[in-house]
Amino acid sequence: MSLKQRADRQGMPCQDPRVRRHNFQEVALGYTKEQAMEEAGRCLQCKKPKCREGCPVEVLIPDFIQAVAEGDLAKAAVLLKEKNALPAICGRVCPQESQCEAKCIVGIKSEPVAIGRLERFVADWEMRQGAPCPEQAPRKGKKVAVVGAGPAGLTCAADLAKLGYEVTIFEALHTAGGVLMYGIPEFRLPKDIVEQEIDNLRKLGVEMQFNSVVGKATNVHELLANGYEAVFLGTGAGLPNFMGIPGENLCGVFSANEFLTRTNLMKGYCFPEFQTPVKVGRKVAVLGAGNVAMDAARTALRLGAEEVHIIYRRSEKEMPARAEEIEHAHEEGVQFQLLTSPVEIIGDENGWVKAMKCVRFELGEPDASGRRSPVAIPGSEYIMDIDTVIVSIGTGPNPLATKSVSDLELNRKGNIVADEDGRTSIPGVFAGGDIVTGAATVILAMGAGKKSARAIDEYVMAKAAEKAI
Amino acid sequence: MYPIVRKEIFSPTVKLFDIKAPLVAAKAQAGQFFILRADEKGERIPLTIADFDREEGTITAIFQEMGAGTKRLGQLEVGDNILDVVGPLGVPSEIERFDGPVAIVGGGVGIAPIYPIARALKAAGNEVFAIIGARNKELLFWEEKMASVSSQLIVCTDDGSYGRKGFVTDALKDVYEANSNLNHVWAIGPMPMMRAITNVTRPWSVKTIVSMNPLMMDGTGMCGACRVQVGNETKFACVDGPEFDGHLVDFDLAMKRLSIYKDEEKRALAALEHQHQGGGCGCH
Repeated sequence: MSLKQRADRQGMPCQDPRVRRHNFQEVALGYTKEQAMEEAGRCLQCKKPKCREGCPVEVLIPDFIQAVAEGDLAKAAVLLKEKNALPAICGRVCPQESQCEAKCIVGIKSEPVAIGRLERFVADWEMRQGAPCPEQAPRKGKKVAVVGAGPAGLTCAADLAKLGYEVTIFEALHTAGGVLMYGIPEFRLPKDIVEQEIDNLRKLGVEMQFNSVVGKATNVHELLANGYEAVFLGTGAGLPNFMGIPGENLCGVFSANEFLTRTNLMKGYCFPEFQTPVKVGRKVAVLGAGNVAMDAARTALRLGAEEVHIIYRRSEKEMPARAEEIEHAHEEGVQFQLLTSPVEIIGDENGWVKAMKCVRFELGEPDASGRRSPVAIPGSEYIMDIDTVIVSIGTGPNPLATKSVSDLELNRKGNIVADEDGRTSIPGVFAGGDIVTGAATVILAMGAGKKSARAIDEYVMAKAAEKAI
Repeated sequence: MYPIVRKEIFSPTVKLFDIKAPLVAAKAQAGQFFILRADEKGERIPLTIADFDREEGTITAIFQEMGAGTKRLGQLEVGDNILDVVGPLGVPSEIERFDGPVAIVGGGVGIAPIYPIARALKAAGNEVFAIIGARNKELLFWEEKMASVSSQLIVCTDDGSYGRKGFVTDALKDVYEANSNLNHVWAIGPMPMMRAITNVTRPWSVKTIVSMNPLMMDGTGMCGACRVQVGNETKFACVDGPEFDGHLVDFDLAMKRLSIYKDEEKRALAALEHQHQGGGCGCH
């Protein structure tokens, strides 16, 4: 065997499930320096690194890992951040198993190198040291507007600032981060880490205007008319879907967005010190099985629910959530009602949820896409005692910003039509992330922001050259 | 930061702020609202834009102290800053020159949001009958301002302490009897009052617009906390409204949904009072 037998992958120290299900502190505790160096030593330093092909923002993976193996963490941080503006976040929430780590050669015979954990370790180390100000190109004296301060917008803004643009981010909420702040819970992604990474963008000179709803207070054409050379739309997929079943407006039925935003962004778990209340009953049903559903279920447990059920109409294998999140949810005591779907939410005389009627499914023959679609079993209806329902069946594009621009081409779902590099039907207007693709991952949104930054630079430079002639 | 430049106290619980928020003032239209967050620990509170001054860059909000959030807000003074102000939000009122007179009814703090709508209706050339009402004289405000934007103003109090004794619904019936060509009615106030108005106008088949005031959080359509049942459809009041056809609104459901956080609101009030006595919250 040409590859020598690799040592085992370093495990991630975690909080005990029995303890952590009662607190909002981070579950995964991170590597020590010794563990990180040991893990970095497992990397083969491939000449043609496959892992990089799996990373949507093209992080210099073998290079930064080499620096970790040598114990030169400052160098590792510089290499890491050359391509990724938000490494402490990506190291925590990326689905590495289907991206960089899926391509790792070591993973063929053994477990892949823990690239995400190493990324997290380096970013956390640098935060503790205090990050130096990144290098910037000379100022270009040109302004670009970025709409939405989620992962796509933040990445686009960071790359444009590095290229020398004056960037202003317009954000509807009172803080930056988008889903990183309101959606992903504290126990997976501590908010002080998100805030620190965003502070690094401020050091690059990125200006942030909060409480600015593009589509209401201003619109894309006004921005273009007011001196911005280009606009990047990264407004995300923030419109919650509901099931459309009877009883969905009863008291005690929440969208996952509402439930998580109250808890995370508004710090409802510190009520009443923080004034925003969040309600959770004793028996909670979470509809859906994506990452957001896992987040909502685990949050409900931490807020004191006695029983939390994930209700999903397919089987465990089809659940869209990351394997790690499903495992964490299991460990913490979340119960899974698979091949099950609600048909009606039943209320009491005060308009509160008291039960839910569900129906059992079985998996039918594979359809054209090869996926076995669930088929309801006749007569299998049953009633579940439930007092809270959290609907987590996905989100659509929020139309506030797009509705205000009549000449912006949208598809039938309301997503912006954009090419690979984010060019839309309006010259100078670019878009990327969930508003283009529909709800996807943090890192894909970041990749889209990065590509658009490059395309915006080309566009603005070409326009300037044209003017000069 | 958004400074409070003027404060007016209408009653022990009803207060007015002029807030410097030039970007909101520049775009505000009748029927729209904004959301504020007083400080880092505060909740997001939706308030209707009762008036705006584009040149001064200010918006006017009138609010009634009900829970902990509005109580704390009421303690702020001129010169204090509000941490976050976001707006204008919601769809503006549909203002046009109607074929026939219109009536606009404001109950309690609902007098505030009807003012810019009445003004816009009058400016569009409508004959505007305005009816304002409150439980008692102490809770009334803006009588002169309302008179200046209406063809006729009727003031009512439930207890007869000022103006005509009785409910705004009775005053509206009188207006309709004298003007059966009434074309549109706007009603803004507490949900029971809006429901009562829609019940009065339903047999007349006069289009009746209400401005829903459900619980809200973000105010930009991302959570659905504010959803209301309108006909067979679920609507988000913050982006599809807040104005809806009152004859289609399920008020019973809307009122139940207002009580979702009733217990928590009590706890928050208790905590606020406890804090005043020098106690901590015990959260950490």
